[in-house]
Amino acid sequence: MAIRQAEDRLPSWQAMDSGRLLLLAAVGMLVVAALARTAAVGVVDLRTAIAFGSAIAIGELLRLGLPGGREAAPISTAAALAYALLIRVAPFHHVLHVAALQVIAVTAVGMIVGALPHIAAGRPAGLTGMATRLVAVACVAFAFRPVVGADVIRMRDHWWVAFAVMAVLVAAGWLVEATIGALIRADDLHARFSVALWDEMRLQLPLGAAAGVSAIMITFAAEVMGLAELAVFMGPLLVTQVAFRRYSGIRATYLQTVRALARVTEVGGYVESGHSRRVSRLAVAVGRELGLAETDLLDLEYAALMHDIGQLSLPDPIPGGATVLVSIQDQRRIAELGAEVISKAGVLDRVAELVRCQSWPYRGHDPEPPVGSRIIRAANAFDDLVGASTDRDRSAAALERLRLDTAVEYDPGVIEALSEVAGKRLASRLE
Amino acid sequence: MGRVSRAAWIYIGAVVIAAASIVAPHLTNRPLSASWLTVLGVLMLLFLICDSTPTPLAARQAAWSPSSSATLAAVVLLGPIGAALVGAVSLISLRRKTLLAERVFNGGMYAVSGYAAGRAFVELGGHPGLPSTSVFPMIIVPFAAAAAAHVLVNQGLIWGVLQMTRHDSLASSRIQLESSVPLLVASDLGYAGFGLVIAALWTVMGPFAAALVLVPLFVARWAMGQFAEQQRAYAATMAALCQAVETKDFYTRGHSERVSRGSGMIARQIGMRADRTEAIMFAGMLHDVGKLGVPTKVLQKTGPLTEEEFAAIQLHPMRGLEIVREIGFLNEALAGIMHHHEKVDGTGYPMGFAGGEIPEFARVIAVADAFDSMTSTRSYREARRMSEAIEELRKGAGSQFDPFMVEAFIAALRREGWRLPERAAPPADRQTVTAQDHDDPTAPLRVIDSY
Repeated sequence: MAIRQAEDRLPSWQAMDSGRLLLLAAVGMLVVAALARTAAVGVVDLRTAIAFGSAIAIGELLRLGLPGGREAAPISTAAALAYALLIRVAPFHHVLHVAALQVIAVTAVGMIVGALPHIAAGRPAGLTGMATRLVAVACVAFAFRPVVGADVIRMRDHWWVAFAVMAVLVAAGWLVEATIGALIRADDLHARFSVALWDEMRLQLPLGAAAGVSAIMITFAAEVMGLAELAVFMGPLLVTQVAFRRYSGIRATYLQTVRALARVTEVGGYVESGHSRRVSRLAVAVGRELGLAETDLLDLEYAALMHDIGQLSLPDPIPGGATVLVSIQDQRRIAELGAEVISKAGVLDRVAELVRCQSWPYRGHDPEPPVGSRIIRAANAFDDLVGASTDRDRSAAALERLRLDTAVEYDPGVIEALSEVAGKRLASRLE
Repeated sequence: MGRVSRAAWIYIGAVVIAAASIVAPHLTNRPLSASWLTVLGVLMLLFLICDSTPTPLAARQAAWSPSSSATLAAVVLLGPIGAALVGAVSLISLRRKTLLAERVFNGGMYAVSGYAAGRAFVELGGHPGLPSTSVFPMIIVPFAAAAAAHVLVNQGLIWGVLQMTRHDSLASSRIQLESSVPLLVASDLGYAGFGLVIAALWTVMGPFAAALVLVPLFVARWAMGQFAEQQRAYAATMAALCQAVETKDFYTRGHSERVSRGSGMIARQIGMRADRTEAIMFAGMLHDVGKLGVPTKVLQKTGPLTEEEFAAIQLHPMRGLEIVREIGFLNEALAGIMHHHEKVDGTGYPMGFAGGEIPEFARVIAVADAFDSMTSTRSYREARRMSEAIEELRKGAGSQFDPFMVEAFIAALRREGWRLPERAAPPADRQTVTAQDHDDPTAPLRVIDSY
């Protein structure tokens, strides 16, 4: 989500951060070189180039949104990797000597053609994603194309040697893609690189494995089936793609629904308008600052959105609403009731636990509250004191007050992260 | 499948006998080569792995497995009999909690459909065996026919068994199952392609081809499983949050869930598409969410309401809309939530729409809403009997309700029945007791006459 929002806000290239710009410039130069070289020496085996280029274009057209605003084009990736790994195409028996630069040129042209409809429909072109995928393909092509004529690779009776080499290269390419993706993401979201890389690898593994293995299968199948196989492969790849699309669709709807329903506390006059959303945004930013992994951040987001839901069980709104100012007993009760409501769903037990423990003080409570609860407690208190205000002094005063309470109430580490986040926010507003 | 009736057993028996009579003669009159048996063994194993780990779909009774890839690989590599034998492996599927009838039926069904696919392949000029380079791309034609025949026979036999079990399984779950058929057919056809790929790769890498294909198959399975899991989690969370909204009012607990159920019954009765049925059930669930914006003291007031208080109640559909507006998928459902208190004679609120101006979703929800209100206990009266409530709905048809929806609901009630809310004793503290119900058509809200 966050990446998309960032892109919405900053459409022009001037607003891009340096990392992204560097990637695009490097890939742009590579593509220009590849195109120039291919144009100069001519395309080797035009038929295959067109077939694979079309498959890449179709794959790019059918791009897929993944959880967390990520993007993937598994069909495009599989076709491009397969083109980079191609040894022979039936009905011919000779080894295909396609240069790495031609692979890059064909992939780039396919990707651009596939992206044109997206641009025409007013959707983002997704240049960063394409560039990242292209780098991975380029790595595989540069490593594999020079050795394709070697005897161990081309001999049919040692198919497993070629297979092993391909598997290693595909895995390496996938790793490169995940690393670049994580670098950009860490930069965008102010997340730690190690955490971002781990999240990226975990999330991209299933699709990456499917695309990689499909690429190798396409390569070998081409030796028997010829180019017709690309059409045969489209079927299963499309079904996989549809399954993923549905999965990320329902996840997005789920989050939207929780966001929307968390607002019932506002409509009912139990809390100040916009409170749940502000607390959840703040809590997620603090969690990211503290290096929480993406699954934990999602739990944190849900818990922060619903942290006041227990108030619904009270017959009437607490006057003023702000829970930092009500008695400890009431805070406890609201937290308990809220956790009870959430655990009724049966699938959000960790979220319920975070809501339950939000009223516990940091020190002197046994067991210690989980980090998510400590974050919600601090973010909630901060928002109760500051609200929607963007006043620097008010924010500073609130942080000062929270710091004074770190002896018992709040986790000092969380408060430091909170002040870091609040500082960055103010700075970005001033720009 | 639930309990199995005699008719179903006869049907299953017929399928199994058909399968056995197809396979048996061929097994006796032809010596089978060792390599043929090796291929058969590997593909049987592939089939078993796929078939034993199906993905549950959203409708709990349905499950999908990519086992058709194995059958279709057998069609190409082994021919009709091999495909039938591979399909018969479903008999020993390692799926847990499978009824004997289900196993027997699956084994017979997959054998028959495997054989049909093989015949289609051969009839259209396909030659079973390791495919050589020269048969491509023309082999795609008989192969596509085989895939189509496989899906057709497969789904036809399943349809038949569903007809047989019509009376022993819940009607609503069967409809849910039927609604997932297009998805199942599409995935089966999609994964059929892997059958040909396995056959082609076999010429290069032998049995390893079957192992390789498992990776993309299991990734797809994972994604489908994740989808189903998320969908269930989503429905459960929504229900829990709606329950939370209801805790404020003792007498309406469970109301959202029942209105959701009733709206779904009407939707299915009038033949709404599966995705719209799902949306209307969510709309029914959320229809009163905006009531939270109505001050408790207004809901608990026993006497007539002032104009202002009545206006606060009339505003609740708009408040509900305000809350759920941001949920992306609910476009049509939004209209249902906003207009569920419109009456067909134009005297409802908030817009005073009449007849066909009222969105279809709202006309459906209005009927289920009023029915549940009347058949639930209220502080000012006992729950009415269902027959009385139906009478009231009929009386209101044409003035308050859309007559078509009323009749559809009554028909659905006859078919599926209705679970009445439990008769609960009112709580001791009066904090959660409301005195009036805005949904009750037999006790309209009284407003103080300002003149």
